[in-house]
Amino acid sequence: MNSLRRLGQFVIDSVEGLGRATLFFLEVLSGSRKLIRRFELVVQQVFSVGVLTLLIILVAGLFVGMVLGLQGYNTLIKFGAADSLGLLVALSLVRELGPVVTALLFAGRAGSALTAEIGLMKATEQLAGMEMMAVNPIERVIAPRLVAGIIAMPLLAALFSAIGVLGGQLIGVGLLGVDSGVFWSQMQSGVSFHEDILNGVIKSMVFGVVVSWIAVFQGYESVPTSEGVSRATNRTVVYSSLAVLALDFIMTALMFK
Amino acid sequence: MIQKRQLELWVGVFVAAGLLALAMLAFRVGNLAAGAVINPYSVQAEFNDIGGLTVRAPVTLAGVRIGRVSAISLDSSNFEAKVTMELDGRYNNIPVDTSASILTAGLLGAQYVALDPGGATQYLKNGSTIQVTQSALVLEKIISQFLFNFASKTGSHKK
Repeated sequence: MNSLRRLGQFVIDSVEGLGRATLFFLEVLSGSRKLIRRFELVVQQVFSVGVLTLLIILVAGLFVGMVLGLQGYNTLIKFGAADSLGLLVALSLVRELGPVVTALLFAGRAGSALTAEIGLMKATEQLAGMEMMAVNPIERVIAPRLVAGIIAMPLLAALFSAIGVLGGQLIGVGLLGVDSGVFWSQMQSGVSFHEDILNGVIKSMVFGVVVSWIAVFQGYESVPTSEGVSRATNRTVVYSSLAVLALDFIMTALMFK
Repeated sequence: MIQKRQLELWVGVFVAAGLLALAMLAFRVGNLAAGAVINPYSVQAEFNDIGGLTVRAPVTLAGVRIGRVSAISLDSSNFEAKVTMELDGRYNNIPVDTSASILTAGLLGAQYVALDPGGATQYLKNGSTIQVTQSALVLEKIISQFLFNFASKTGSHKK
């Protein structure tokens, strides 16, 4: 009986949390309209969520592309289809790995930092202090971070895919001896701009919204103690990773038939 | 704290690099540049069987890509596949008695439409129809035909 009650409580809490998160998101969206006049706030946040995440994205993209090149070659050569290596690397990166791995890294690197920052601002009563000074913390603190995340994510994903293709070329053409012309021409004939690349960009935009939303919400909702902030950071990474993977499945099913 | 000017510079570099990567994906990895046909005109052809031909498949003449398949539909009056192709406007002197056949790139590759020019003095123009067509070779049909012939031949030799 007790466990049943706990289950019910859990469901009610989850639905309530979802509703709160949605209302919070709408509030931040309406607050972000005023950012057009104060765009330097967004620029500052693009620096901390975008530029500082750049290095890990580039390194990860290069290695993922190189691994795809090696693994793809070993499989394709069995069917005598090593010429399609470029196509395999490019499609895997542009459609799936680019947006998804970037979003996971983004959640780990930028999302957790956002949550910890906002959570600490709350714990040290900076947010309450802003309200005292008649500054709306949602407009001043939360909205620039959300907008910056939405701007940075597609750019990071594009960089990841591009450097991944170069990594695949490094291994496929440089090390394994696939012909460079065939590598690129197979890629160009197989990858469609509208169907593959644009859908990849749409995916990464959605992931950018979701990850930044979860990060700022968890920070804003965190219990204002050091333990609460650490839990909120933890939840940001777990929730946004799960959300990214689940949404990726749904979007793939809708986009690529 | 990092200086404001330097911060803006870094953000600018980041955004520019991201857009550049996107442009590279579009033009180098994707087929945005190669896929477009310059001021195209469309011609149609009807085939008995198009096999695995898909929209956006290339149309070639003498092996040179001169257009792409823009639409495929079924003509329900005679149950033939109606293939609409967009051809490059630069090649506007293709004779009307040109024939179209569906071939396969390599043994198992993608299918494409190959045009074989005729000798007429009138040229194909927007909306005209190619009369002589050759359907796709469907591998299963060829194999079954071969096996069937083989079986009937060897069968007659048996005692």
